[in-house]
Amino acid sequence: MKKTMHVGLTVLMAAFVLAGCSSVPLDTKVPVETRTPTALGSGAGGANPSGAGQSGVTSVDLTKGGANVGLGKVVYFDFDSFVLKDEYRPLVDSFAKSLTADRKKKVVVEGHTDERGGREYNLALGQKRAESVTKALALLGAADAQIEAVSFGKERPAAQGSDEAAWAKNRRAELVYR
Amino acid sequence: MIVIVPDSIARSTMHNIRRSAQVSTARSTGLVRTAFGSLLLVAAVFFCSKASAQFRVEISGVGATQLPIAITKFRDEERATPSLSVSAIVRADLERSGVFKGVDAPGALDENSQPVMTEWRGRAADALVAGSITRLADGRFDIRFKLWDVVKGTPLGGQSTAVEAGDLRLAAHRIADYIYEKLTGDKGVFSTRIAYVTKGGGRFTLRVADADGEGGQVALNSAEPIISPAWSPDGKQLAYVSFESQKAVVYTQDTASGARRAIANFRGSNSAPAWSPDGQTLAVTLSRDGGSQLYLIGRDGGAPRRLTSSNAIDTEPAFSPDGRTIYFVSDRGGGPQIYRISTGGGNVERVTFGGSYNISPAISPDGRTLAYISRQGNTFRLYTLDVTGSGQPQALTDTSDDESPSFAPNGKLIIYASRAQGRDVLMTTTLDGKIKARLVSTTADVREPVWGPYGR
Repeated sequence: MKKTMHVGLTVLMAAFVLAGCSSVPLDTKVPVETRTPTALGSGAGGANPSGAGQSGVTSVDLTKGGANVGLGKVVYFDFDSFVLKDEYRPLVDSFAKSLTADRKKKVVVEGHTDERGGREYNLALGQKRAESVTKALALLGAADAQIEAVSFGKERPAAQGSDEAAWAKNRRAELVYR
Repeated sequence: MIVIVPDSIARSTMHNIRRSAQVSTARSTGLVRTAFGSLLLVAAVFFCSKASAQFRVEISGVGATQLPIAITKFRDEERATPSLSVSAIVRADLERSGVFKGVDAPGALDENSQPVMTEWRGRAADALVAGSITRLADGRFDIRFKLWDVVKGTPLGGQSTAVEAGDLRLAAHRIADYIYEKLTGDKGVFSTRIAYVTKGGGRFTLRVADADGEGGQVALNSAEPIISPAWSPDGKQLAYVSFESQKAVVYTQDTASGARRAIANFRGSNSAPAWSPDGQTLAVTLSRDGGSQLYLIGRDGGAPRRLTSSNAIDTEPAFSPDGRTIYFVSDRGGGPQIYRISTGGGNVERVTFGGSYNISPAISPDGRTLAYISRQGNTFRLYTLDVTGSGQPQALTDTSDDESPSFAPNGKLIIYASRAQGRDVLMTTTLDGKIKARLVSTTADVREPVWGPYGR
């Protein structure tokens, strides 16, 4: 009974968390959600007897919310490069046309890198790739408010593997309508 | 082997024990030479009792001074706490520090015993620990122990503490801290915590564990990546980057309550949180104005203040312990290198010069040593550099996929992620690179370790 309530609470909290995120206006503070401290069971398989004492950590579970992964159009980049290749101009043109035709439309450009190197530095490299696409969209008439460049760095590879074939598939930017 | 001790004031104990430790090391070094010839690498595998999972300490290089210490099984510990062995945790902690070497400790002693010192000298122990565990009527456990200087044949002190079941590991780590400080004069870090991220089964999990990697608890589960955890200086909160809203957003989370807040959720990517030493400010990387640049933001969020203005990537900020300087990574010179800037802004000074790719700066608690990852060819390796003078970069490992270094709060160890035998592992190393321990045996992909401060 207690356990059911607890799971229910966790799901509810996860829902609050997700709701809180999607309704957050940019550039403002967000409210804090608080919950009753409750010790969850051990996560990593270590011994975690009942008494929480000074060692208690409360778990937050976001996995119940479901991921929102849109499938977008993809632009690939050369190694260590941020240059939008000519072969992708038609794709970017078509996105720009659609954005200028409907000012309510929005596109998020997600930059990605291959697996080599540090996570944060790759996040910045992916951001640079995404921005090279949003800059092209802006030049073609898309409004700033319609486009956002974000990065996943090396965290969301399109292809697994540690060879040039996989790396080439992962050096990319994805254009996703939101 | 008996070391004659000239005086008996308390302060000299450590010195004397160290002296006798050197004698013992000379002894064991001789053994090593006999056994392995000129081999420089000695790997020792310790299998602890069922409860404290297998871990591994690798000792490489000669000259590692290790003090031999005997830690007897605490009286009644098998009956009172069958699921974990406090004495085994204490021994494992001390061995992992690189400063101690466990000596077999048979027999039944407790804190009230009068151990026969000649017997323990015969086992080549320089220090001895014995204790007891009793279950109290209220369900808590009364843990007592005593520490002896075997060389001098005198007690060095002891403690008693009553803890609830969930804090048994903590109590064991605190005993190890006590012993470490008594015998070395430095503060121990065994009762501190680490945080790290695992990836497995399609989910990302931010975990908090004891400094030995055991007793892990989940702080956050997500279907989307979590990177760059950072402890607040008071050890109560974690800042991290979560992609749960399909972009990088910086959150802080109170580990005890689970309360969390997005402190940087601007247009573009928000990442690389680093706490100022006073805990009031975080340095973050934001792309809200284009590019990836450093900003300072209050612990509760609010309007960020821009710190760097370059046309390059500026990221991975790390505060110096005095809070005046921020070390960071920039590719303003071509490839990524580590630079520093005053927290108030101003001139940027380049810090790393060796190699074409140096990232992930961490600064020691005394502000003197920079730990970072350097790419040499296709290898990514942990390096240190003395930032106070003209020191040369020092490679600490011979592995090829090192990541994310972070200093222990006493500055004696660095935790980092690496790969060994095809698996992702968390490692600790002494600053001379001679003594390494592997933490957290799990099949999950484990990464992004960060060492918490004293206190929790």
